[in-house]
Amino acid sequence: MITYLEAIREAQAKALADNPHVYIYGQDVGAFGGAFKATKNLAREFPGRVLDAPISEDAIIGSAIGAAIEGMRPIIEMQYADFSTVGFNQVVNHAATLFWRTEVPCPITIRLPSGGTSGSGPFHSQSMEGLYATYPGLIVMTPATVEDAYSMLLEAVNIDDPVIFCEHKYLYYHLKADCLPTEALPVGKARIARTGRDVTVVTYSAMLHECLAMAEELAAEKYEVEVVDLRSIKPLDTDTILASVARTGRLLVVGEAWPWGGVTAEVVARVAAEGFALLDAPPRRLNAKDTPIPYHPNLWGTHRPTAQTIARATRELLRL
Amino acid sequence: MPDLAHRSAAPSVVSCERFTEAYRWMLLARVLEETMASLYRAGKITGGVFVGKGQEALSVSVGTALKKGDFFAPLIRDQAGRLAFGEPVIDTVRTYLGSRLGPMRGRDGNVHRGRPRTGQFPMISHLGAMISVVCGALMARRFRGETGAVGATCLGEGGTSTGAFHEAMNLAAIEKLPLVMVVANNQYAYSTPNDRQFACENLVDRAVGYGIAGYTVDGTDLKACLPLLEKAVASARSGGGPQLIVANLLRLAGHGEHDDAGYIDEALKRSPLGVDCLVKARETLLEEGWATPETIEQWRAEAVRQVEETVNTVQREPAPDPNAETWTALSTDRLIDGHMAR
Repeated sequence: MITYLEAIREAQAKALADNPHVYIYGQDVGAFGGAFKATKNLAREFPGRVLDAPISEDAIIGSAIGAAIEGMRPIIEMQYADFSTVGFNQVVNHAATLFWRTEVPCPITIRLPSGGTSGSGPFHSQSMEGLYATYPGLIVMTPATVEDAYSMLLEAVNIDDPVIFCEHKYLYYHLKADCLPTEALPVGKARIARTGRDVTVVTYSAMLHECLAMAEELAAEKYEVEVVDLRSIKPLDTDTILASVARTGRLLVVGEAWPWGGVTAEVVARVAAEGFALLDAPPRRLNAKDTPIPYHPNLWGTHRPTAQTIARATRELLRL
Repeated sequence: MPDLAHRSAAPSVVSCERFTEAYRWMLLARVLEETMASLYRAGKITGGVFVGKGQEALSVSVGTALKKGDFFAPLIRDQAGRLAFGEPVIDTVRTYLGSRLGPMRGRDGNVHRGRPRTGQFPMISHLGAMISVVCGALMARRFRGETGAVGATCLGEGGTSTGAFHEAMNLAAIEKLPLVMVVANNQYAYSTPNDRQFACENLVDRAVGYGIAGYTVDGTDLKACLPLLEKAVASARSGGGPQLIVANLLRLAGHGEHDDAGYIDEALKRSPLGVDCLVKARETLLEEGWATPETIEQWRAEAVRQVEETVNTVQREPAPDPNAETWTALSTDRLIDGHMAR
């Protein structure tokens, strides 16, 4: 059995082994192996290529841009997605604009340990994918499975554009697979995680598993829920979403990020604009509450969507 | 207390050839920027024009101290340094006039230009952001086992107030990178005077805090700037780690050509800081007997002719065509989100 976190570690090991231009830079990623152990033993296995960085997110990402210009393919670990705000300028104004301005690609992968876990509170829980997706020039990946964590991270390192790799901390230890994949859907293709004919639920990252649990629950009520795992939110596989909505006539979009704008709003907007006639009911979306992310498990469990709240929203949609 | 940072090293031996070459770049930069400013005033340039008047001696010293294979991330007042490092005049003119044939192809303008593949890094507007990028390029060389390259970047004193400056200087010091950080203390960050920008006595004191070498220099004096930058670049190249240079001078123009700079203290203008480095360098040329007034006038005429010819060429070049524009920011075609354009 291999966990989601181990898959991320293995993907980095393979990237380092396959390509001498790959290196890893981030806080505590060296001998310590990373705050979550995503780089465990890599500094020992690849001497001089897995480096501890000072607590300087702006300079870490800035240096990755300079190294990429010089032909390297850096993998940057932000200790938490939340801290990437300190390096935000270099990501959105520098890495994301470089190719468009100069025709020189910027092949950097920025790993963002994302999303909420119980007890993590306002500054170690954020889902920032929508924020990054707003900016032109970035690829934003949101793997929800062990297999995707592995194959998409490997693909991220090989892509010539900056990739924001949103790996979900909730999945790190709990999500397991029998083995690593040998082939994968290409980035940019969504996956039908569960087929159904009554309603389409579009989601990504850790919310996939809440949605699958909800679909199982509603199956007992004779509802067939189709679940679409976006895998990457930029590019967004609108065709797969529209095809699913064409089959079901109903759409619910679920995300762990905050409700203003973001991925769920983008999906609803695209379906409303391009697939309005496919809809038998108004499209719906479900997000976290519009507050900072709370610390206490009682509050946190209510702040974000869960199988129960998603089930409630799905039932309402099915009755419309 | 040991005086670690205030080394105003002055091995003041400058050859006629080095000085003359630097002076001619300064002159060309001044003429080029004056021409850009007049095109701006004539409404021929969209956006802004930002000139380095008063800072050419410092800037050119950076450019001439570097060599091919090095990295240079200039800021907005580094026309002289850019030319000396190898940026052709036509890159400046094409970028200001928005020619489709320029390095930025109309996608970016004015001072935001460069050719990363030849070590000329195009600045973004966010101050301090280029320092860590130069650090990363130097790290890349080290990863590949290549030594001997130096990376230099310039900033005003206002830029030293950013977190990006601190983060990158500290990173450079930790990695002992061959980085030359040149701070032009031109007394004003846009309109903000130094007493609202920093409280330390001398910005070079910060070198001690980072554990790196630091120097101050009279930025109005080419004769002082040239050897100091040569020394700093040589020191970085030979393993001496990051070098911080703080040059004192005065910006002799507005922040941009839109700015009349009415906020600049008259007393500062009359102080030694307010000396025009190009005038001072001319005096040196004459005093040393390295050039005659006639020769200098001939150099100016050549610079004017070169700039005029370049402007004439570029004014006939095509502007960017929105219908021919790809409108994609990605290099990977298969990852372009086709629905964004609908």
